[in-house]
Amino acid sequence: MARIDAPAPPRREGLPPRGHSGPAGERRREIGLLNSLAHVGLALWAIIIIAPLLWMFLASFKSNTEMYLGNPFSLPSSINLDSYVRAWNEAHVGRYFLNSVFVVALSTAGTMLFGSMAAYVLARYKFIGNRIIYYLFVSGLAFPVFLALVPLFLIVNNMGLLNTFTGLILVYIAYSLPFTVFFLAAFFKTLPNSVAEAAVMDGASHTRLFFQVMMPMARPALVSITIFNIIGQWNQYLLPVALMQGEGAQEKWVLTQGIANISVQAGYEADWAAMFAAVTLSILPMIIMYAFFQRQIQAGLTAGAVK
Amino acid sequence: MRHGRYPFIVGFLIAPVTIYVTFVIAPYIQAFYLALTNWRGVSANPKFIGLDNFERLLTDDTFWKAVRHHGVLLLVLPLVAIAIALVFAFLLNVGGGSKGGAMRGVWGSRFYRIVFFFPQVLAVVIIAVIFRRVYAPDETGLVNGLLGVVGIDPIPIMADKNIALFAIIAVLVWQAVGFYVVLFSAGMASVPKDIYEAAVLDGAGRSSMFFKVTLPLLWDTLQVAWVYLGIAAFDAFAIVNVLSIEQGGPDGATTVLGMEIYRNAFSYSQFGYASAMGVALFFLTITFAALTLRVSRRETIEL
Repeated sequence: MARIDAPAPPRREGLPPRGHSGPAGERRREIGLLNSLAHVGLALWAIIIIAPLLWMFLASFKSNTEMYLGNPFSLPSSINLDSYVRAWNEAHVGRYFLNSVFVVALSTAGTMLFGSMAAYVLARYKFIGNRIIYYLFVSGLAFPVFLALVPLFLIVNNMGLLNTFTGLILVYIAYSLPFTVFFLAAFFKTLPNSVAEAAVMDGASHTRLFFQVMMPMARPALVSITIFNIIGQWNQYLLPVALMQGEGAQEKWVLTQGIANISVQAGYEADWAAMFAAVTLSILPMIIMYAFFQRQIQAGLTAGAVK
Repeated sequence: MRHGRYPFIVGFLIAPVTIYVTFVIAPYIQAFYLALTNWRGVSANPKFIGLDNFERLLTDDTFWKAVRHHGVLLLVLPLVAIAIALVFAFLLNVGGGSKGGAMRGVWGSRFYRIVFFFPQVLAVVIIAVIFRRVYAPDETGLVNGLLGVVGIDPIPIMADKNIALFAIIAVLVWQAVGFYVVLFSAGMASVPKDIYEAAVLDGAGRSSMFFKVTLPLLWDTLQVAWVYLGIAAFDAFAIVNVLSIEQGGPDGATTVLGMEIYRNAFSYSQFGYASAMGVALFFLTITFAALTLRVSRRETIEL
C-alpha cells in the first residue's frame, strides 16, 4: 500500500531520490483508502462481467426440472452433457456453427486478398483516379448500413444470390473493404521504398513485388486487420438476417442468426439448458482464441481507433 | 518498372472495386431514389411520389419514438461508458502510484484488463440472448433471482416501459467498457513518463493527477471514443431485435430506427418507406458527426 513512498532505486539519469517529508504520513493513509476503494470497484466490475457468463455456463449442465424449480444460483447436480447433444443435433447448432465457419473463412480470406491488393495499389502507385477510388472506399465508413439495406436486398435478389453462401460471402467482403483498405493503405505508405527498389533492380515484376516482398513486410498490420475481420464477420447479424430469409433459408443460417432465433422462438416451455449449451458452444471458439491471442485481439480491435 | 504498370494497376483494382461498387455504393445511391417511391414488394413497380414518404415520417409516432430513443442512447451510453472506462483505465495504468519514477497500475491490472475486454469479442446478439435470461421476469433470471435473495419481488424488467430501454443501455455499457479501458490505456501509455514524474514532484495527488494531467492529454482519444459510441447509439438494432419483447416493445418503448427499417422492409414490404427512414438515419448520423467535430475542436496539447 505504501508503494508511493518506497525509496526510489538509483536511476540512470542520476536524479536525487525524491523525499516525501511533511504530509507524507497523511497522504499514505489517504492512498491506502483510495487503493482499497479502487480494488473494490475493479473487482466488482470483474464480477459483473463474469457472473452472467458463468451463470449461463453452469446452467447449461442443468436438467430442465432443476432449471425451473431449483434455485437459480445452485450448482448443477451432475455434469450432464445431454443438453449439448440436443443443442448440436436437434436445435441444429452444429449446422449453424459449420455454416459460420465456412462463410467467415472464405469471406475473411477474400477480404484480406482484395483489401490488400486495392490498398497496396492505392497507397504506392500514382495514376489518374487514384484519389477518387480511395475516397470512394473510405466514404463507406461514414454511411450506416441500414441506409443500404433495402436496395442491397433487391440487388442480391436480382442477381439470384439471396439465400446463398456466395451472396453472403460477397456482401461480407464488400462491407469489410472500407476499413480494411483504409487501414492497410495507411500501413503500405509507411513501408520503405529502398526494399521495393532493390527488388525491382533484381527484376521482380509488380505482382511478385507485392506478394513476395510487400506482403511479408506488412505482416503485423495484416494480422491485426485479419483478426478484426474474423471477429466482425463471425459476429455479424444484420446482413445474414436480411439476406438469408424466407423458405428453405434455415439450412444456411449462420450461428448468430440461428441462436437468436432459438432464443426468440422459445416460449415458457423452452429447453433453456439446450439454449445455454448452444450459447456456450458459440462462445467457446472465441474464448479459446482470446486465451491464445489476447494481446493481438486487443490490438486488432482497437487498431482503428488508435490510428 | 514502367513495363506493365497499368495492366497491373487495373488487374489489382478490378475485383475489389467491382464488388464494392455493386454491393455498397450502388445500394447507397439507390436508397436515396427508393426513398422517393412507394415501392411495396419485389414484384410491384415503384412509383415516384416525391417527398410523401418524408411527410408521412413527420407524423409517424413510432418514428419519433425511435428518434427519441436514439437521443437517450446518445446521451447516456457515451457518458456512462466513458466515465467508467476512464476511471478504470486510470486505476489500471497509473493508480498504483509511482515506483522508480514509472507510473504503474494497481495490483492485478493485467487480469482486470483481460476480463473487462472479453465481452468485446462476443457477438451483440449472443450477449442479447444471454441477457434475455439474465433479465427473465421471474426468479429463474439472474437479476430477479438476486433481488429475491434480498426479499424484493420480481420486476418484469423488459416488460416495463420505464425500465426496458435503460436495461438495454446497461447491456451495451456492460459490453463497451472493456474496449474503452484498453483504448484509454493505450492513450495513457503514450503520455511521456516525465510528465507524470514532474506532477509527482510537484506533489500532485491522484485526483489532481487524473483531472489535470491525464484527462487533458487524453483529449484526442476521448474524442474518438465519443464518436465511436455515438455511432453505436445510432445502431442498437441487434440488441433491440433480440432482447426487447415484441422487437422494440413494449409498445415501441425500446424501438430504434434500425428496427423500424428492418420491420418496414421485411415484415410490411414497404421498401420505399423503409428507405426514407434509412435516409433520415443517414442525416441524423451525419449531423451528429459534424456537430461532434465542431464542438470538440479544441487545441490539442503538443507533446
